[in-house]
Amino acid sequence: MSSNTRKVTIKAFRFNAETDYLPYYKQYKMEVGKDELILDLLNRIKWEHDGSFSYRRSCRHGICGACAIKVNGKATLACKQNAMELLDLFNNELVFEPSSTKRAVKDMIIDKKDFWDKHAAVKPFVVADVDPHPEHESKQSIAEFDKFLDSDLCIQCGACHYSCPALEANPDYLGPAALNAAYRFTVDTRDEAAEERLKLTSEPGVGVWDCVKCFECAEACPKEINPIEKITKLHNMQFEQGVAVSNVATRHAEGFVRSIKKHGFLDEADIVVYSEGYLGMYKHLTTAAKMMKAGKIHWQDGIPFIDNMPKIKNLDEVQKLIEISMTNKL
Amino acid sequence: MSQLHYALFTGCTAKQSTPELLSSTLAVADKLGIKITILEEASCCGASHLQDFDEFLAHVLNARNICYAEKLGLTMITICNTCQLNSAMTKHALDTDPELKARVNEKLAEVGLEYKGTSEIKHFLYTLIDEYGLENIKEKVEVPLSHLNIAPFYGCHNIRPSELHHGSNNGENPYNPTSLDSLIDALEGHPVNYDHKNKCCGFHVELQANHTSEVLTGNALLDAIDNDADMMVTPCPLCHLKMDTYQDSVAKVMGRDVELPVLHMPQMVALALGCTEKEIGLNFHVQKATHLQTEATA
Repeated sequence: MSSNTRKVTIKAFRFNAETDYLPYYKQYKMEVGKDELILDLLNRIKWEHDGSFSYRRSCRHGICGACAIKVNGKATLACKQNAMELLDLFNNELVFEPSSTKRAVKDMIIDKKDFWDKHAAVKPFVVADVDPHPEHESKQSIAEFDKFLDSDLCIQCGACHYSCPALEANPDYLGPAALNAAYRFTVDTRDEAAEERLKLTSEPGVGVWDCVKCFECAEACPKEINPIEKITKLHNMQFEQGVAVSNVATRHAEGFVRSIKKHGFLDEADIVVYSEGYLGMYKHLTTAAKMMKAGKIHWQDGIPFIDNMPKIKNLDEVQKLIEISMTNKL
Repeated sequence: MSQLHYALFTGCTAKQSTPELLSSTLAVADKLGIKITILEEASCCGASHLQDFDEFLAHVLNARNICYAEKLGLTMITICNTCQLNSAMTKHALDTDPELKARVNEKLAEVGLEYKGTSEIKHFLYTLIDEYGLENIKEKVEVPLSHLNIAPFYGCHNIRPSELHHGSNNGENPYNPTSLDSLIDALEGHPVNYDHKNKCCGFHVELQANHTSEVLTGNALLDAIDNDADMMVTPCPLCHLKMDTYQDSVAKVMGRDVELPVLHMPQMVALALGCTEKEIGLNFHVQKATHLQTEATA
């Protein structure tokens, strides 16, 4: 074995929804060259081992988004990813799985219906009354184009969508790809559906407030788009454009200012009371009691507060900075 | 080795609901001869929630915190993954966007400060490993943790987005992180290998998406339990709060018993360096972990 190749065994997820009751994993031995891509290895499984092995592929140039799979749990665009790099990262043991095993139709191929439904829900196109016989193009200036950031580089591969743990736990959540698309068209100056999109993406259980802030999407994206950056922008835009309504999530974000103004620190108990409201506090009584017992919080005057709520030094600076820097309001 | 000296950004949690994190951090620094100057002027990092409300304001406040480390000419160390993320995001934004840096400095000038970008920002976990050194820690171990299976729980904000953190976390790969595992090894404990060690605990949506939050916590705790963990350890006090405080409610959502002591990273190190239970503040945990030390000293 030369140093440029490596003999490895690859485990691949196998399943045919039409004939198999349960999925299984099959092993394939091969010698991998230093320039081979994960797509080459998928091809070799099919061409050298088992012609029934199924996966999607098309452009081989990182543009069509068809060949997204997971390798050892890592979202991978097969035609862009060097195999040796992953062999190094995962100690020469590679496991190929579809982006979402529970949506597998045949081997690496999944049913992406949920992805496309959510994508469609945010109206991923410019909503505008356009003259059917225009005399000019409807252009964007460079400054207007820059507002998209990198959001329109999305190839809809689903890598971020199927890496998102919030979506896994809550199937109603729009997820990072759809929210990235929502951002793309909401900042487009030709578009007239900004408010509609901001309202949809501010809905509890559906929109941006269900993002768990794990940054899995930023890590997963083969086009290095960083969807969570756009999710944060959507959060800010809700407040900027007066779309945000007062609820537990928006009060939780805005409530940080209230605490920081008072103490410099976040008042951990106050933020819960402020976000939930006194009536909403009943949900937290059991936990609060346990935290009190452990000495984490104390109870006085019917309001939980932290023993000796600390204050930072030079709090006046922070108060001044809030006064002159804050532009958003709830 | 010349004495290491850092500016400590405590964050809010270590000053309130997890005082054991601050006391054990200082105990570890003391045992290892690391000098710590606490940044008493530092405010909340915004925890990504202030960022959702007003991103610019969050940059201004984080830049102010960093200014105080810069004034001391020291690396700013954090003991919370979320503090690390938000401070580092501001640093990255200002260091790469001169226009934003100028806008932020215009505000800071009003209180007599200027952000320069001269201080590094690093989580205590990585200063211990990269700067103090695992070999040096090994020499100081008084109570080896050889009787314990320890599940490392990395916490998102130290490892993702990797591009942001690679300058300060020694290139840790978020899909196969190794730092906590190697630290557990150095203390002679047995690192537990489990799928959820690099996953999200759900802390940040505890209030508005409670079910999601409980499921994510449950997945991680049960994965550790099913892989025979005696305890879990994390460098993030927010992960700790979620994992330690909510085990009863998580058990209801998951339909299974959930019982696992969760330690802060510095508590684990302090335990191995021979600190007492009181010094590492195990009494502040909801899920009691006292037997860990009894076994360690037995």
